[in-house]
Amino acid sequence: MGTLPEPFAAWFAGRGWTPRAHQLALLRAGQAGESALLVAPTGGGKTLAGFLPSLVDLARNPRPGLHTLYISPLKALAVDIARNLMAPVEEMGLPIRIETRTGDTPQNRRARQRADPPNLLLTTPESLALMLSQPEAAEVFAGLGAVIVDEIHALAGSKRGDQLALALARLGRLAPAARRVGLSATVAWPEPLRAFLSPSGKAEDVRLVQVRGGAPPELSITLPEGRLPWGGHMGLASMPEVYRRIREARVTIVFVNTRAQSELCFQALWRLNEDGLAIALHHGSLTVEQRRKVEAAMAAGKLRAVVATASLDLGIDWGDVDQVIQVGAPKGVARLLQRVGRANHRMDEPSRAVLVPANRFEVIECTAALEAVRHEELDGDPPRPGGLDVLAQHILAMACHAPFHPDDLYEEVRRAAPYAALTRRDFDDVLGFVENGGYALRVYDRFRKLFRDAEGLVHVRDQHVARQLRMNLGTIVETPLLKVRLRGGPVLGEVEEWFISTLVAGDCFIFAGQTLRFEALDGVSAVVSRGGEGEPRVPAYAGSRMPLSTWLAARVREIVNDPRKWRLLPAPVQDWLKLQRKQSMLPPKDGLLIETFPRGGRWFLVAYCFEGRLAHQTLGMLVTKRMERAGFGPLGYLATDYVLATWSAFEATDVEHLFEEDILGEELEEWMAESSMLRRTFRNIATIAGLLEKNHPGQEKRPRQMTMNADLIYDVLRKHEPDHILMRATRQEAAGGLTDVARISLLLARARGRIIHRRLNRVSPLAVPALIEEGREWVAGGAEDALLAEAEALVGEVTGGAELFSGLLADVTEGIAIRPRDVDKPRHRERPRRNRFIRNAPKSLGQA
Amino acid sequence: MSAAPIHLGGERLMLDPAGVLHWPARRTLVVADLHLEKGSAFAAAGRFLPPYDTRETLSRLALLLRRWKPARIIALGDSFHDRHGASRLPPAELEALHRMLSGIEMLWVLGNHDPEPPEGLPGTAAEEVRDGPLVFRHQARPAASRFAMAPGGEVSGHFHPKATMATRAGGITRPCFVADGRRLVLPAFGAYTGGLDARDPAIAGLFPRGARFFLLGRERLFSMTAAPSQQAVPTGTAPG
Repeated sequence: MGTLPEPFAAWFAGRGWTPRAHQLALLRAGQAGESALLVAPTGGGKTLAGFLPSLVDLARNPRPGLHTLYISPLKALAVDIARNLMAPVEEMGLPIRIETRTGDTPQNRRARQRADPPNLLLTTPESLALMLSQPEAAEVFAGLGAVIVDEIHALAGSKRGDQLALALARLGRLAPAARRVGLSATVAWPEPLRAFLSPSGKAEDVRLVQVRGGAPPELSITLPEGRLPWGGHMGLASMPEVYRRIREARVTIVFVNTRAQSELCFQALWRLNEDGLAIALHHGSLTVEQRRKVEAAMAAGKLRAVVATASLDLGIDWGDVDQVIQVGAPKGVARLLQRVGRANHRMDEPSRAVLVPANRFEVIECTAALEAVRHEELDGDPPRPGGLDVLAQHILAMACHAPFHPDDLYEEVRRAAPYAALTRRDFDDVLGFVENGGYALRVYDRFRKLFRDAEGLVHVRDQHVARQLRMNLGTIVETPLLKVRLRGGPVLGEVEEWFISTLVAGDCFIFAGQTLRFEALDGVSAVVSRGGEGEPRVPAYAGSRMPLSTWLAARVREIVNDPRKWRLLPAPVQDWLKLQRKQSMLPPKDGLLIETFPRGGRWFLVAYCFEGRLAHQTLGMLVTKRMERAGFGPLGYLATDYVLATWSAFEATDVEHLFEEDILGEELEEWMAESSMLRRTFRNIATIAGLLEKNHPGQEKRPRQMTMNADLIYDVLRKHEPDHILMRATRQEAAGGLTDVARISLLLARARGRIIHRRLNRVSPLAVPALIEEGREWVAGGAEDALLAEAEALVGEVTGGAELFSGLLADVTEGIAIRPRDVDKPRHRERPRRNRFIRNAPKSLGQA
Repeated sequence: MSAAPIHLGGERLMLDPAGVLHWPARRTLVVADLHLEKGSAFAAAGRFLPPYDTRETLSRLALLLRRWKPARIIALGDSFHDRHGASRLPPAELEALHRMLSGIEMLWVLGNHDPEPPEGLPGTAAEEVRDGPLVFRHQARPAASRFAMAPGGEVSGHFHPKATMATRAGGITRPCFVADGRRLVLPAFGAYTGGLDARDPAIAGLFPRGARFFLLGRERLFSMTAAPSQQAVPTGTAPG
């Protein structure tokens, strides 16, 4: 056990603190020049532990220039940490200059930071990438002593993480002596994080410091009074209970899973709020100012509760929060713990949290998550290879910094863990893409962005290319957004453009916790006024729902299958499972239960796969493809986290054949060709790689015909050069990268020879939630034309050729009171479709 | 494949589901907004789109030439994405274009993207083409008043119209023809051409008494009607 040097020991003592073991461990690692990964639950004084070695070193050997670089996934966190660091530095009178550098930093301060860097610089991965693309980067970072990566678990495994890993590899070249410090919440597998942090890409070069969590969290599940809903994910039936708990606690964070859900829950709580409690709303589409205001009010103890999405998963500590309520299933154990940890940010006191499942399956999922927490088991996805689109951006950024030799850059890139297995062919093809598009038809040579000199060094063409890169840097691809502005008032936030495009003047919708009436479009913003009549809609956002983790899915399957575990479940859920056992059967543990039944003139097929929504989505495409070939006339399908449901014009027979393993061969190939998911992936990849322009907030909008449509490029490229690097990158990400295909292949292997087909006369109890689920996909291709013909004929029949289509949005499961919704978002982005929203606050679907 | 007949200015025309118009009486094929060499125009600006758009557009056009065997082609403007487009045609595509047009009378209507005749290509260029009761121009000319439209019919492009039809599986969006008894707007034919909603005032304003949309399908067209527009007739031009 070491001790702190002065003046730190005195400063700690002055506050009545004793240095914690992991803080001293990190200090020792730092003094030995070793890299270290600290894995500790929230509230462990992690950030201070990370900075301590740097502060001690600078106190002992004051010097000008950049000493420590701190990288956080959140701008706000960087700013907040900088503020928190100022206190000890000023109180101890240390000669240390601390500054932040984010997208909000004004141009003149950026220039000054380049000329005269501070000792400690706090920044984000995007700003770091930008700094590394500058010609001055070598001088700025040459004297760097340490790099601290905060919330490293939230970065590794994402494209932002890929970008950061590449930036770290470059820092390893500019400042080989700099040690690295990673700060992570408790994770199942720290090894990939060690590798991610490591200067060599090897885990063993990073010392692991693990802090076992203090008091175990106190978790419970609460159910709504009255009937337990069959479907829906909003959890509004439980709001009276949530409200009661808010009233009884000091400060509560109500976590929800989507922004739409946050708006609805917020409204529901305010309808109940007879005591006038200060309840606020926080999500990623609100303006930064609004979010800061809420955060400040929270920090100042002025709020009793805040309804929040993942926008509050990370970030600033609020010591006063004494209760966390998770509405809707948590979808992953690690994520749940992260959220629970937001309550009571002190290690020695237990965090208190309540889970509020929204439907019956979610009750089982919450129960499974609780079990997992009790047994201290965590889930986590294995690392995936780094994205080639991110690499394209990085290569161009490196050329903008200084000329490089491809051999050297290839070696450097492979020291980043996500790119350790990168082949030279892929690297060269990405380089070729950046140079001149890399197409087999070499017609763009005269437009090349990079050129090579006699020594083989790669140079960037001119400053125009560098400017374009800097505009395009970053891996977050925004869907087109429009500002929402009150007439004669402030901007409230942003919603996706397609949503606004479906509104006509007078329509009202819920946003930023208020009901707003849409008035008009005004260039880049939607002008609204308060109030409005009629049932308001809620903007939904593409891709905002997390899929169930593999690991939690397995636990859910186990509970459903094992009646001895049912005692953990509330009575209505037990009854539901018993009913299923009687009317059909329980999904077996290893085999695969498939039910078929007629309903509303269509044949339904429900497969109980329990592999998560993304895997089911892919499987749905493949199975319907095969159904099409078998002549069953598939019309659409739906993937939930638990089941896959399809519906078709004719009865599906020989269902074992539909779920054979070879579906991953031919059908997968075909699916690859047509999949809207693949198109979505391609759009993101093309944008990150620099093929398409990014949407810049506030930038003047171009008319629709002028912008490049990624779908059209995809079609042309697939036909004429299907093996182009961007197509390979797309396939890699969609198939191997996302692990769904792996999940499907395991499922099909497990089910081989053990597929049980139940042909029923009517829907089974377990299938009901799926049929009232949102988020349908339809079968593309031939079926699209068939649907058009049908709609046309129907209209002709009813109106003799006049219009009136809106009344014909018949849903596929007629007879069940549902909200027809969502086929496939991004591909059909421009389509005005009323049925994509939650039209009414779903009071209780249980009555369906 | 089945084309749909339509009457415009007393002439019987065929709408092809591939997005082109055939005028049997004159053996004329009309095609709008080819936007050839859009890919290379973007490449010049630093975005390396796949350089196969011209090849793709021309091969689709070749198919239609085999289907209709026209004696004349009218391209309704924006045939090239910019005024230097023709000079950037790769040799193979240039040769294919020459081959396709041999023995066919080619009329290049000039558009806002290509205000000058394409260099080194056969055919004649014109601001507009009049033939019998029909006039062919790049952009539809709004009528001065609701009743003051000239007799005959007008065929134009420019707007890249597309429309969404509601089906029980959600809306389906396709490029479309927009027509009433006097006016016909063609969808864009080029491989990289996006679309503008046909209900947008820029298009709807041209059809004050309502219009019929013909959505492109694989084998046939799907028709739907649009209510009369309440919007004033726009006087400015929408970009295209």
